[in-house]
Amino acid sequence: MPTVVYVKHDGSSEEVHVENGTSVMQGAVDNMIDGILGDCGGTCSCATCHCYVDEAWVEKAGVPGEMEKDLLTCVLNPEANSRLSCQIIVNDELDGLVVKLPESQF
Amino acid sequence: MAKQHCIIVGASHAAAQVAPTLRQQGWEGTITVIGQEYFLPYHRPPLSKDFLSGTKSIDNILIRQPAVYEKSRIRFALGITVSAIDRANKRITLDDNEHVAYDKLVLTVGARVRKIDIPGADLPGVFYLRNINDVLQIKHFTGKAKNAVIVGGGYIGLETAASLRKLGMDVTVLEAMPRVLQRVTAPEVSSFYTRVHNEEGVRIVTDTQVEAITGGKGAEAVVCKNGDTFPADLVIIGVGVIPNTELAADAGLAVDNGIVVDEYARTSDHDILAAGDCTSHFNPIYNRQLRLESVQNALDQATIAALTICGKEKPYSALPWFWSDQFDLKLQIAGLNQGYTDVVIRGDIQGGRSFAAFYLQDNRVLAVDAINRPQEFMLGKRFITEKKVVDAAQLSDESKPLKDLLA
Repeated sequence: MPTVVYVKHDGSSEEVHVENGTSVMQGAVDNMIDGILGDCGGTCSCATCHCYVDEAWVEKAGVPGEMEKDLLTCVLNPEANSRLSCQIIVNDELDGLVVKLPESQF
Repeated sequence: MAKQHCIIVGASHAAAQVAPTLRQQGWEGTITVIGQEYFLPYHRPPLSKDFLSGTKSIDNILIRQPAVYEKSRIRFALGITVSAIDRANKRITLDDNEHVAYDKLVLTVGARVRKIDIPGADLPGVFYLRNINDVLQIKHFTGKAKNAVIVGGGYIGLETAASLRKLGMDVTVLEAMPRVLQRVTAPEVSSFYTRVHNEEGVRIVTDTQVEAITGGKGAEAVVCKNGDTFPADLVIIGVGVIPNTELAADAGLAVDNGIVVDEYARTSDHDILAAGDCTSHFNPIYNRQLRLESVQNALDQATIAALTICGKEKPYSALPWFWSDQFDLKLQIAGLNQGYTDVVIRGDIQGGRSFAAFYLQDNRVLAVDAINRPQEFMLGKRFITEKKVVDAAQLSDESKPLKDLLA
């Protein structure tokens, strides 16, 4: 099972196993990781699962879709590597993925 | 000393938040969730959308996987109804008359569908839509070119209409009021939804009262008071919900269109808390008592309840928000529009499928309906919470970025 590393705003990190086919958001919700809310359950409706993909993983994580892009322009402190974690689906390629969490979700 | 016991009644969205949050915040006692349905807590919004149209399975809509509860040592007792709360002895009674003692009790009992009492409402093929089991049953009656009649043009009715249309059904929506979504949106937005549904092949009939459902072995037609008759292989009734307050009321807790709770999610008995659709609570942003039917409220209030139980009281203050997906329309609603005096439209509401409706009161934004406009939704939240004074002409002027108005 691939591993995802969630790095919190204070620098501490949690490494958890996330099943293939599961989103990075669900991985956080299932492991009670603060900083990712995922209110809408992954339908790209709420933008409460914003994360920054570690530079080394940006390419493998893929590019955001149109709806996601629009939502990302309005999150607090968007960066070039911003993603909505509900739209990143874990697979073997992403084993070891590192995502950083924003200070707070709107 | 024996371990403390926190019992959560109702295996709902709020329960899926209260239980692990309690553990996370340091509750060391036993945690038991008691639910009537035979499912772990699941997302209800997809029931009328991806779950009905078949693109998501039960496993896909569980809020958390079983391993999460196992890890947090959360016990589930499913298929059980709690029949009474004995506050004097701090224990609840189950449907088999068994008693279970609690130290803290959390009511996350939600709401149930409002039923209509007309001839034929109990025929096979007539359904309400609230639970997984409802949809599993409904699925036996769906199919290409079959006739579906939806009673009620609210969000549930329209979402269901869109999903059934996707399945190739011939769909009619019957609404008693002069327009769909009358209770929740401006006339402009109602017209927009009527137009899109018509464009997608859904027939919408307003100002019409349903009198009876006729049929033999199953539903065959819906008959209206004016005599109009619509053939129906499947009838789905979506005319709102009623909060489940009886358990609380019978126990002598304060109830007023919902179980009354304070800003810490405590009922009038501080060892009993409540969260989600079943509560009536004060919202400081709108300065009034609210009962909300939303995921946002279920989650946020549930977190507040868990914090209170763990002695980390934090007052509840959140901007309500909602969403509804129909066809290719992604509606996001920020805030509550009750009391609005003006509506400003940004975008092409007449011919397009992307715009935002801003509801204003005294030049301040009360609420926003954003259709395929996530930016307006996100920024709209800030207009509301920051109580920005806005100029209607500027709000509707798409040549200017909305963000600039917040500066």
